[in-house]
Amino acid sequence: MTGLLDDLLGGLALGAVYALVALGFVVIFKASGVLSFAHGSLLLFGGYLIAVLHDDLGFAGALAVAVLATALLAGALDRLLLQRGDPGPGAAHVQTIVTIGVDIVLLTELSRRIGGDLLPLGDPWGDAVTGLGPVTVADSRLAAIVVSAVSIASVFALFRYTRWGLSLRAAGEDVEAAALMGVRLSRVRTLAWCLAGGLAALAAVFLAAFPAPGLERTTGQIALKAFPAAVLGGMASPVGALAGSLLIGLTEALVAGHQSELSLLGEGFADVAPYAVMVLVLLVRPTGLFGTRGAARV
Amino acid sequence: MSDRRPRTPVRTLLIALVLCVPPFYLDAFWLRVGLFSVAAAIGAVGLSLLSGTAGQLSLGHAFFLAVGAYGYTWLAGEPGPGLPTAVAAVLAVLLAGAAGGLFSPVAGRVRGIYLGVATLALVFLGHHVLLTADSVTGGFNGRSVPPLRLGGFGFTAGEPELTVLGVPFGAEERLWYLALALLGLTWFTARGLLRSRPGRALAALRDSETAAAVLGVDVARHRAAAFVVSSMYAGTAGVLLALAFRRIVPDYFSLALSVDYLAMIVLGGLGSVAGATAGAVFVTALPLLLSRYADQLPLVAAPGTADGAVGPTEAARFLYGAAVVVVLLHAPDGLHGLTRRLRDRFRAARRSGPGSGPHARPSAPPIAPVRPEEHTP
Repeated sequence: MTGLLDDLLGGLALGAVYALVALGFVVIFKASGVLSFAHGSLLLFGGYLIAVLHDDLGFAGALAVAVLATALLAGALDRLLLQRGDPGPGAAHVQTIVTIGVDIVLLTELSRRIGGDLLPLGDPWGDAVTGLGPVTVADSRLAAIVVSAVSIASVFALFRYTRWGLSLRAAGEDVEAAALMGVRLSRVRTLAWCLAGGLAALAAVFLAAFPAPGLERTTGQIALKAFPAAVLGGMASPVGALAGSLLIGLTEALVAGHQSELSLLGEGFADVAPYAVMVLVLLVRPTGLFGTRGAARV
Repeated sequence: MSDRRPRTPVRTLLIALVLCVPPFYLDAFWLRVGLFSVAAAIGAVGLSLLSGTAGQLSLGHAFFLAVGAYGYTWLAGEPGPGLPTAVAAVLAVLLAGAAGGLFSPVAGRVRGIYLGVATLALVFLGHHVLLTADSVTGGFNGRSVPPLRLGGFGFTAGEPELTVLGVPFGAEERLWYLALALLGLTWFTARGLLRSRPGRALAALRDSETAAAVLGVDVARHRAAAFVVSSMYAGTAGVLLALAFRRIVPDYFSLALSVDYLAMIVLGGLGSVAGATAGAVFVTALPLLLSRYADQLPLVAAPGTADGAVGPTEAARFLYGAAVVVVLLHAPDGLHGLTRRLRDRFRAARRSGPGSGPHARPSAPPIAPVRPEEHTP
């Protein structure tokens, strides 16, 4: 029984971290129609900054700088590269592939700097654990859940109560109508990219914290698991992304917890279980759990 | 365009003749670069059919390459049925097509970017299977590939000994001609397909799904079919790669490989067979050439030197990541569109005489790569 509770808590923490990344995907997708393949390397960039700076600035200072810098980098990527292209009908596809190019360059440079090292981020939780009734949980996991919950709630509040959130939702509904109503699309877009970048840097902290050994050059690849989470939720729905992330996190933790019973599926199946879940869901609902089938007008 | 038609077969023949020459002059290294490039070109043409013509983004190409490569190795080898190698090669291509067919319930209904993410699943799940199904795939260490034999003729050195015009024909030389034949077949079928009824239906689908459906195009069926055909090209490329590598390992067929193929067709110009080939050669040959000539290049360190230096692999990745970004921002229709515009400009300059050249070019706007024009050779 405690095994199950352990898995559930672990899954919740994992899902909360995926949600930070997946929410970024969704915000970017709503604002620009682009699927950001550069997100993994943005996340790694944030993590790397923290790893380099935490000795001098302390963890909190390094985190603040990293979140800001990653947000700026993401915003600059959108402003300087993506928005300069031809804004024709297929622009979103083209820009999606541009993000792949950016990812290749950024990831190559970061992996060159990180090399084979495991970089500690100097987070305050270390490997401490807390007893919660029958189960013991790593502090870093509790922190992941709390921080993610707070950040996600703030993002939802941003959507709901600010002008920017309203503009973003309007642009997600109908780009032309929003532009005619005076929404500055390019500014909304760039802010969306900044927000997503900041969230990715935040996620990097928890992906590299205990029980993970530290920041590696492959940490960015974990961000790819937020893709299934976002697609499961329907890509354009923040709530869906949250639900998808929790589903993915729980699946991964439960499969890992029951590895011995699932030996038929091979060792390390937990790592790919999210993708299996995604394929199954897409078979039944091609637009995701919370996606809507848009009516096409000719 | 009709005025050029009669010359086309002559030109094709000339190109084919020129491509037959390299084994007589180049050493094994260059032939291997060529082999990998040709194999990549075959796969890229397949992906180009899917992404450029049908407008479907796929990141699952590495998976279908793996099915082709491992399918051949298992079918022809021990452990495995040990079929005649030629039969195994054909079956491996069909197997890749079947794998694409199995995925078609998703591929037929999921659109564009969503399909891109859905196909990510194939790469990761496929990699997992390659690592765990030891008896078929050899696990982490992979398997060695049995060489291809056609009748009594083996694509290895000395089976039988063969010397043409004083040049001993080893595995590379023989495989080069096999690769050329396959590339020719690929070009022929792909261009035919693009101009056939299904090809036009796919282009209509890409431009407007609703309009195509109204015109009577079965949307799901055509999408699924495009996916199957694209997988079969990938399977062919996989078999050729396996033969050229002689040993295949799971880590080669990773997401990075899928991304490479996407980069190839984007650099070349989506939807163009010639563009996909050019992109494939660029992306494949660049890292190989850079690592070979690393010691003669400024700013690039030889492989395995002190950390902190930019090695050849990294330099290649920088170059081609940047190439993807620059090409898409400045020439969204890739190399294919670039050469066409240059050609148009050149012709216009010749027609209107010197002096007024640059201004007289027809203002062909750069078209978005997801909807390139139908091109005629």
